[in-house]
Amino acid sequence: MNDAIRTESDAFDPAQTAEAPAAHVLPLRAEVRGLNFWYGEVQALNAVDLPVPDCKVTSLIGPSGCGKSTLLRCFNRMHDLYPGNRYGGEILLYPEQRNLIELDPGLVRLRIGMVFQKPNPFPKSIYENVVAGLRVRGIQNKSVLELRVEQALRGAALWDEVKDRLHDSAYSLSGGQQQRLCIARALAPHPELLLLDEPTSALDPIATARIEDLLTELRDTVTIVIVTHNMQQAARISDFTAYMHLGRLVEYGLTEEVFTAPKQQMTNDYITGRFG
Amino acid sequence: MSDPQSQITEQSQLTRIVTANRRTDVVMAGIGILVLAAATIMLAGVMIDLVSSGWARLGHADFYTNFPSRHPEKAGILSSMVGTSLVMLVTAVIAIPLGVAAGLYLEEYAAKNWLTDLIEINVSNLAGVPSIIYGLLALGLFVYGLDLGETVLTAGLTLALLILPVIIVATREAVRGIPSDLREAAYGLGADKWQAVRMYVLPAARPGILTGVIVGLARAIGEAAPVITIGALTFIAFLPPAPVQSEWPFINFEWLNSPFTVMPIQLFNWVSRPQAAFHVNAAATGVVLMGMTLAMNALAIFIRLRLRRVPR
Repeated sequence: MNDAIRTESDAFDPAQTAEAPAAHVLPLRAEVRGLNFWYGEVQALNAVDLPVPDCKVTSLIGPSGCGKSTLLRCFNRMHDLYPGNRYGGEILLYPEQRNLIELDPGLVRLRIGMVFQKPNPFPKSIYENVVAGLRVRGIQNKSVLELRVEQALRGAALWDEVKDRLHDSAYSLSGGQQQRLCIARALAPHPELLLLDEPTSALDPIATARIEDLLTELRDTVTIVIVTHNMQQAARISDFTAYMHLGRLVEYGLTEEVFTAPKQQMTNDYITGRFG
Repeated sequence: MSDPQSQITEQSQLTRIVTANRRTDVVMAGIGILVLAAATIMLAGVMIDLVSSGWARLGHADFYTNFPSRHPEKAGILSSMVGTSLVMLVTAVIAIPLGVAAGLYLEEYAAKNWLTDLIEINVSNLAGVPSIIYGLLALGLFVYGLDLGETVLTAGLTLALLILPVIIVATREAVRGIPSDLREAAYGLGADKWQAVRMYVLPAARPGILTGVIVGLARAIGEAAPVITIGALTFIAFLPPAPVQSEWPFINFEWLNSPFTVMPIQLFNWVSRPQAAFHVNAAATGVVLMGMTLAMNALAIFIRLRLRRVPR
């Protein structure tokens, strides 16, 4: 794995990757600088640089095993849950530009929300699922909770479907509704950054379309980083796209540029379906 | 392939495979029913035998309200029933929190290394240690070492020790069985370890933990050997002091230091008498003991169903 990454690195010049003229002028929400990551002895990320512009959708694409999910999970320190993982480099959190890899993982997760590949609601009521993040923050006031539940469910375009059965089990919802519930759960505490790890890969096309619409609406208020293996999805919903391969960031730029005029041959091959 | 003749042969071959498969299913189901029937008949046989032998005494109210006696027709199980209840109370109060906490610690908090592996193997082994060994340990530690005497407290502690490994192992298994995506969801919201455990892991693991608790308590309620070893009396014609009283502070723990007997000992005592009339008492005691175990199981099932009815 290590050797493969090194060999691959010769194929392209890292210096000309991550060139994003537009991103430099935009205010940032976070910035990845020279990030390395190891699962035990296996290096999964190699010197990744990636700006995350504020209130924009940034998508990470690339073939399976390229490290896009690994990178995403670095943002809220999910890797800390499992022994043997190691980070190097920095992910700066704006505006104060603190390296979140040196912060307490709990603090990082309080600021950064995450939605996972498979809908994973808690075995509790719809209401309890949405307030879970608020309860973690010690918010007890009932009227505050109720207000935030409605806000979050409206934000996740689920309110009209569940407003009459907030106290039913979350498991009574369909897969697509469960995933929107998970988005509502992540939105309720007003995260500074919302991470989505292939949020539609377990859903049918109609549910997928609803989630995509939702993300398009959310981008005005929340900064989103989304991992997707669906290139059309990345093209449809994101402002910026990063293409990753074997633990390296190959190309980054405005989505339409990456998809219409990729600078790297490898990106071109991937988005035209020649491999991946 | 396109030849109609060969298609027909192929179809008849498929039909034969399906028929054979169906035959295997029928045979396996038949064997299953036979095995199940054998087990059920034996269990039912024991129950029917016990109930019919003990019937003469089971129907009498004084069997439940009398102390043991030299006269079999007057002898009752009051003191042993109360003794069993109190001992089980002590056992449950000590073993459940300790066992669940230990299991949670080992699974959620402890670092995964050779030491925790070693502890896990040993805990599993402890679950299989003969109960009389626990009796010997308790005799040395609680009765002589800590000078607690032959009391309800000692018996409760002994049985708690006996079932602790069962509860620890069950808790670990239940907690381990919780899918990691549930855990990641909780941590992803910024929950700390205790919040994740208390709000999400523990509730999801509750059915499994409960099963372990009941298996443990059901084992403890039927144990005679360790309780005899620590010196429980076989003839008790008085009750321990009541745990509640009318004057302040309304609650008293004197009963913990009271001598006691439990139903398995009473049963053993009666069944070893030469007079046949005492054997009736023994059978009746057996029925009550089984009834108590079944009642505990029923309670567990009830709790589990209630927990499931709320969102799941």
